Amino acid sequence: MTAASVSLPGPRPLLTRSAFSGVMVALLVVCAVAPVLNLVVPEGSPFHLSDYMVGLLGKIMCYAICALAMDLIWGYTGILSLGHGLFFALGGYVMGMYLMRQIGRDGNYQSDLPDFMVFLDWKELPWHWALSDSFVATLVLIVLVPGLVAFVFGYFAFRSRIKGVYFSIITQALTYAALLLFFRNETGLGGNNGFTDFKRILGLPLATPGMRMTLFVITGLTLLGFYLLARWIVASKFGRVLQAIRDAESRVMFCGYNPLPYKLAIWTLSAVMCGIAGALYVPQVGIINPSELSPANSIEIAIWAAVGGRASLIGPIVGAFLVNGAKSWLTVAFPEVWLYCLGALFIAVTLFMPHGVVGLARQWRQRRAAVRAASAPAPAGAPREESAA
Amino acid sequence: MTPDLQQDGAQRHERALAAVAPGATESGGRTAGFSRLVQPGEVDVAHGRILYLDDVHVSFDGFKAINGLSLDIAPGELRCIIGPNGAGKTTMMDIITGKTRPDRGSVFFGSTIDLLRHREAEIAALGIGRKFQKPTVFEQLTVFENLELALATDKRVRRSLRFALDSTQRDRVAEVLQTIHLAAAVDRPAGLLSHGQKQWLEIGMLLMQEPRLLLLDEPVAGMTDEETERTAELFLQLKGRHSLMVVEHDMHFVRAIAEKVTVLCDGAVLAEGTLDEVQADERVIEVYLGR
Repeated sequence: MTAASVSLPGPRPLLTRSAFSGVMVALLVVCAVAPVLNLVVPEGSPFHLSDYMVGLLGKIMCYAICALAMDLIWGYTGILSLGHGLFFALGGYVMGMYLMRQIGRDGNYQSDLPDFMVFLDWKELPWHWALSDSFVATLVLIVLVPGLVAFVFGYFAFRSRIKGVYFSIITQALTYAALLLFFRNETGLGGNNGFTDFKRILGLPLATPGMRMTLFVITGLTLLGFYLLARWIVASKFGRVLQAIRDAESRVMFCGYNPLPYKLAIWTLSAVMCGIAGALYVPQVGIINPSELSPANSIEIAIWAAVGGRASLIGPIVGAFLVNGAKSWLTVAFPEVWLYCLGALFIAVTLFMPHGVVGLARQWRQRRAAVRAASAPAPAGAPREESAA
Repeated sequence: MTPDLQQDGAQRHERALAAVAPGATESGGRTAGFSRLVQPGEVDVAHGRILYLDDVHVSFDGFKAINGLSLDIAPGELRCIIGPNGAGKTTMMDIITGKTRPDRGSVFFGSTIDLLRHREAEIAALGIGRKFQKPTVFEQLTVFENLELALATDKRVRRSLRFALDSTQRDRVAEVLQTIHLAAAVDRPAGLLSHGQKQWLEIGMLLMQEPRLLLLDEPVAGMTDEETERTAELFLQLKGRHSLMVVEHDMHFVRAIAEKVTVLCDGAVLAEGTLDEVQADERVIEVYLGR
C-alpha cells in the first residue's frame, strides 16, 4: 500500500454551515431586531422589548464574554482560574474612572474632582487618574491594565510550573487581595462605594434609550467578534497545542514545545477579554464597586462555563444566559434560595452533565443519528474501513 | 586570532581531513581536529558517540537513584537497557531529557551539546525523542492531530496560529501512519485506541519529530505477541538511521532486537555486552535471582 492511499482529513472550515447561520441570526437579532423591538415598537405592544430587558440582556452578554474567556483558559487549556473577576473589575474600573471624569461639575459638590475625593478632602487628582480624561487613553488602558496584570502574574506562575488546584487557589487569593486593596480609600478608587452616578459618555447623556441601545449593540458585536476569534484560535494548531497541554503537558514538552508562551498567550488574551467585558458592563449597569472582586463572582464565571459545557465555545455563552436568566428571575421571586439553587446546579452539572447543556444536546443528536444509521441500509463509514485495512 | 590566521588554519584542516578520509571510521569520514569550529545546535558525532554520560549522580532525599552512572551510545546503535526495578532506568531517561537535574556528572549529546544546560522542550528540539512508560498521547485529539502536533517544525506560538501542513508534511504523516499501522484510525480520538495502539501512536509521534536519538521506556508493555513482533521489526528498521535506547523487561523482545545490552543496578552499570554474555554474568544472575 502506498502513502497516497491513506486518506488524511483536510483542513476544516472555521464555521460549519449551521454555526455560520447561527452567527448570522445572532448578528441580525443584535443589530436589527432588538433595536426595532425596543425603539420602534410602541410600549403597549406585546412585542415591545422593555428598557429593563435591554439592560438585563446587555449585562448578560458582558457575562457571556467572561464565560467565553473562561472557556479558552479552562475548557481548552485546562487551567481553572478563580480570579477572572479581577480582570473584569480592572476593565470596569478603568472605564469607571473615565465616566467619573465625564461627570464634570455636575456632581453633588460641584467640584472638578469626583465627589468621593472632595469628601476625602483631596485637593488634586492622584497620579493614576492622569489619563482618565481621554477616551482614547481609556480604551487603550482597558486592554493594557488587565493584560499587563495577567501577563506578569501568569509569567511567574507558569514559569514556576504552578498547576491545577494550586493555580486556582492563588488566583482566588489574588482577586481577594485586590478586593481588600480596592476597599481602601487611600487607593483613590472610591473605596467601598466605588464609582456611580455616571452622567455622560463622550459628552452624550447615558440615561437615554438611544444610548442604552447603542451600548447593547456594541456589547453584542463584541461578543460575536470574540466568539469568532475564539473559533479561529481553537481551530488553529495553536488551539490544538492548548488542548494537548490540557491532556498531557509533559508530552507537549517532549514534543519540543515550550508550554510557557502558549499558556501565557491564552491566559493574557482571556484576561483582556474579561477586561473589555467589564468596561462594557459599567456604563450599562451604572456602578462599579469592589464587590465585583469578591471570590464568589469569579467562581460564578466558572459555573457559567461548566453549566453550558466546557471546551465547546457556544456552551459557556449558553450557560451565562441560562444561569443569569434564572438568577434574575429567582432573586426577585425567591431571593433567599438563589445561592442554594446555584450550589445545587453546580453539583448537578458536575455529577450528571460533565459536558454541560451543550453536551446533553450533542448526546441527544448523536443518539438520534445512531438510530437513523441503524435503520438505513448502507453505513457511511464502510468505504474508509476497506481502503485503510 | 585574526581572520587570516583562522582562514589559514581552516584550509590546513581541510587538507588534513582529505588525507585522513580514506581511513574513515564509523563516524562517517569526519575525525576530530583541533581547529574544527563548533556549530551551535549541530550534533557532533565525530568522536563516534551520540550520547555520553559520565559519572552521573542523583539522589532523592538521601536515596541514591543514580550512583556514578557512565554510559555511551554510538550513532545508529540500538541499545537495550535492562535491570531490576529501582535500578534507575527511568531516572536516567529523566536526566537525559531534562526532567531531572543530576547532582553531579556530565551528560553530552554528541561531543559538544551539554544537555544539562537545556530544558525539556529544547532537548526535544535538539533531536531527542522520548516515549514514556505509560503511553502518553493527547486523548481528546485524533490520531492525525496527535501526529501533526509532533511534526518537526517551528514550534513557536505565532507560527502555530497560522500553521497549515504542506504536501511534504502530509506525505510524512501518511508514511508514519503506515509505519505504525494506524492508517485506519486517522480520525479516531486517541483516547479510544487500545493500549497497544496508543504505544504505537506514541512511537509514531516520536518518528514525526525526526529525532537523532530515541529513548523508549518499556515500548512493548501491554502489547499482544503480534504487536510485539511488529514493534521489533520496526525497531530493527529504525536502527542505523536513528540511535535507540530501549528499556524493556520482556526478554524475548530484547533477544529479538538487541545487539548490545547494558544491565543497570543500583544506579550504575553492572554489566555490558551481548545478551548471552550478560546472562552468563555471575553478578547479573545474582541481581535477578538471588538476594
